[in-house]
Amino acid sequence: MNDVSGICVRELTRRFGDTVAVDALSFDVHRGELFGIVGPDGAGKTTTLRMLAGVLRPSAGDASLAGVSVVANPEGVKQTIAYMSQRFGLYADLTVMENLDFYADLYRVPKAERAARVERLFEFSNLGPFKDRLAGKLSGGMKQKLGLSCALVHQPQILLLDEPTFGVDPISRRDLWLIVHDMVAQGVTVVVSTAYMDEAERFDRVALLYHGRLLALDTPTALSKALHGVVLVVELADARAAQRLLRDHPRVIRAVLFGDQLHVVVASAHEAPTIEAELRAANLPPHRIKAMPATMEDVFIERMSEAA
Amino acid sequence: MTQAVPAVVAESLTRVFGDFVAVDRVSFEVATGEIFGFLGPNGAGKTTTIKMLAGLLLPSSGRGSVAGFDIATQSDEIKRNIGYMSQLFSLYGDLTVAENIAFFSGMYSLPRLRRAERRDWALEVAGLAGQADRITRDLPLGFKQRLALGCAVLHEPSVLFLDEPTSGVDPLSRRRFWELIDTLTEAGTTVFVSTHYMEEAEYCDRLALMNRGKLIALDTPARLRANVREPLLELQTNDGPKTVEALRDLPGVLEAAMFGRAVHVAVTDRTRAERSIRSRLTERGLLLQSLQEVAPSLEDTFVAEVRAAGGAPVD
Amino acid sequence: MAFDVFRLLAIARKELLQLRRDVRSLILAFLLPLLLLALFGYAISWDVSDIRTAVLDQDRSATSRAFVDAYRASGYFSVRQDLERSSEIDALLTRGSVQMVLVIPPDFSERLGANRPVAVQALVDGSDANTATIALAYARAITRDYALETQLQGRLLQPPITTDSRVWYNEELLSRNMIVPGLIAVIMMIVAAMLTSLTIAREWERGTMEQLAATPVTRSEVVLGKLLPYVVIGLIDVVMCAVLGVWLFDVPLRGSVLLLMTLSTAYIIGSLGLGIFISAAARSQLLATQLAMLTTFLPAFLLSGFMYAIDVLPKGLQMVTYLVPARYFLVVTRGIFLKGVGADVLRVQGLLMIAFAIIGIALAIHFFRKELRT
Repeated sequence: MNDVSGICVRELTRRFGDTVAVDALSFDVHRGELFGIVGPDGAGKTTTLRMLAGVLRPSAGDASLAGVSVVANPEGVKQTIAYMSQRFGLYADLTVMENLDFYADLYRVPKAERAARVERLFEFSNLGPFKDRLAGKLSGGMKQKLGLSCALVHQPQILLLDEPTFGVDPISRRDLWLIVHDMVAQGVTVVVSTAYMDEAERFDRVALLYHGRLLALDTPTALSKALHGVVLVVELADARAAQRLLRDHPRVIRAVLFGDQLHVVVASAHEAPTIEAELRAANLPPHRIKAMPATMEDVFIERMSEAA
Repeated sequence: MTQAVPAVVAESLTRVFGDFVAVDRVSFEVATGEIFGFLGPNGAGKTTTIKMLAGLLLPSSGRGSVAGFDIATQSDEIKRNIGYMSQLFSLYGDLTVAENIAFFSGMYSLPRLRRAERRDWALEVAGLAGQADRITRDLPLGFKQRLALGCAVLHEPSVLFLDEPTSGVDPLSRRRFWELIDTLTEAGTTVFVSTHYMEEAEYCDRLALMNRGKLIALDTPARLRANVREPLLELQTNDGPKTVEALRDLPGVLEAAMFGRAVHVAVTDRTRAERSIRSRLTERGLLLQSLQEVAPSLEDTFVAEVRAAGGAPVD
Repeated sequence: MAFDVFRLLAIARKELLQLRRDVRSLILAFLLPLLLLALFGYAISWDVSDIRTAVLDQDRSATSRAFVDAYRASGYFSVRQDLERSSEIDALLTRGSVQMVLVIPPDFSERLGANRPVAVQALVDGSDANTATIALAYARAITRDYALETQLQGRLLQPPITTDSRVWYNEELLSRNMIVPGLIAVIMMIVAAMLTSLTIAREWERGTMEQLAATPVTRSEVVLGKLLPYVVIGLIDVVMCAVLGVWLFDVPLRGSVLLLMTLSTAYIIGSLGLGIFISAAARSQLLATQLAMLTTFLPAFLLSGFMYAIDVLPKGLQMVTYLVPARYFLVVTRGIFLKGVGADVLRVQGLLMIAFAIIGIALAIHFFRKELRT
């Protein structure tokens, strides 16, 4: 296992009273990887990231970042990593520039390099025109971009982002992802947690987390291929009626609405004619039926149901 | 089939807080039995609009009606005839499931004879049959959500307002939740739901896109997507971020962004764009692996609408 | 984990920037001390004057009128009414229209002229025991002086022995002189405890503490960095109170200003450390503010010798006052202001102040955790 700038997690556990929020998690993040931790609220994403950032003590187990153990030496790694918490870590009563300067000071970023780094960060985030504005007066998307900029000002080797795009407008979300991809391109190891299944497709590898346990860990493509069954996209006039018809059908594993489309999960593509016949018999002729790769949401649901 | 009186009407609804305009002259109509979605990022004004319609907040200007009642003058009647599920939880964590149901039965003045029947129904839809004595705070999020929904419609209202009901819920619970909504609309309830999850918006009959207090588009999800006239190209290259950087200021390119590992580029004209894209990429030493036109996602649609409405919301 | 002064300064600078923009804290820091000073300086005074008096002069002679004039002239009594009948007395005192009634017997001038003792009655509203006691004391004094003079005007058998008493250091016994130095101690405590509990609370509530926890900054740097601006504020408050005390209230400042500032700094640091310790140890910020009130402000106010002299407190409480830092600081301030003493006399108190500062900081750093609790 490559220690340098990578992350090793071994049996990481955290309890809150009787609840086990994170249950003996073990996984590795490779250096320079874009790694996703995906799961709904309560899955343990934030708790896991907090432990990795040295902000919360594990109840058991250990994790090492760039070779430094968070249990033995929680402060030791903080100079080389950056953590962006879910709630803003910004000072609303300081300006954009004051916030950046503060974090630059905390990390002892040499004054000579500051101007250049801030310039580059402004390029990606479009925060330049607002550098004298109070952080509290920025929109949600801009706040997130500022938060990310503050985290990056000291050029960390490892970046931990807790739901950075939650509730953010699509345009700011794109800017955020651009920054993240740029970091990865420069060799930074980036771990992002998210509850958005569609973002899961972006990562090099994805860890699906549920109730503090790892459901699956692999590349999005591999996970999609590993799905038991096939997703048929059915386009027809009354998708809702079709869904009601098919959802309890014995050959159908799942039938889900997607706007005017119906996603039907069946054991194999051979089931397609059966499905079509079924629909026609109910006077719901489909325009089109096509197999498509499973989405992360399909994968998650399957794994969740298996784990239950 | 439109009813004589639409279930929900908003006419130039506006709400200001000091000098901050939270909702800016929003107008729309929702037909009975419709699932109407309000899509937009945090801070767009969705919650404020819902609160005005639910009679919880007075509009600064404009008018509205819900189930035929005026929102400014008949808020009491409105409250009796709607179900409301807020973003923050309305359930009491330290009460049992049954106690919460009983509490809301009382709140909505449910006739005694109906209480047992409605309680059983709520337990059923929440998947909590036989678990009425569990303490609410111990329930997983998905169950709490459905229970909250059940409690909100104990009195079988004609209109249901849901403010970000499935935030943070696992995908399976979310799907079950939407199946439940479906059942309700089959029975004639009008559902008004706000969300910032683009994918969830697909469940709605019609969608209103909101940004920075303004309504920027209103149509069915399919037509909204079709409305995006500009072709959308999906590129695979050897360096995504550099590609975005390279293409952003290219004439003919409206938008360039990462989408998964690929790059989505919105252009004005496909053929011309393809040519200039190829040459720009070669100039910058980037390798183009594939290029194809794709259908826009709702996110692409949202971005396009914002652009059409006058450019990116700068701050 | 090296201790880094630059990180400390970064924290201090951030606090200062936030303070400048935070109206509530600024009011607490500067306006509140001014208000307290005005309140205690002007409005509250334990000196008594203008005691509302009514006179039932049953003699109605020139002598009796001269006697009543003596009361008027003293400045302590405000003679409002001339009564006709003794039946009026009860009603007046009950209603509270007057605080004292002077009853002069019908044979006043006759007996005085004949050199026979005469008793004058002073009826005082005892529901305000403080004023009553003082009023009576004044009355006795005036009467005695008047008697003395009358005796001297007449022929004396023996000149009465007079005592000449002088009060040292606070000649006019102005309560103000006691108050202003004491107020400094109380204000420091309020400012320290309130402000520091607010600043920690804010970071936790807004989520910035979690973010700080992830940076290399150490606990000591956070605590000391946060303290720095408030030490400056505290010192400004001391100067403000001292200047206003001397200028507006004529409180004398006889000792060394440098000594005052030095020991004030130690006291402030200790109080600030205490404030941070409380907000770090308390589970919720509401609890922290209440605890701060209970353990810093109230003792400083009631048990330091400010409100009540320590000797008049019950024995049990007197023991407790040994634990109240403000008690020792009061000795320092009163000593420097009123007595002009130096470090030699205040050696013990000085060392205690420094010890207080060290203990305060140590408690704060030890109990303050930047990591998430539970």
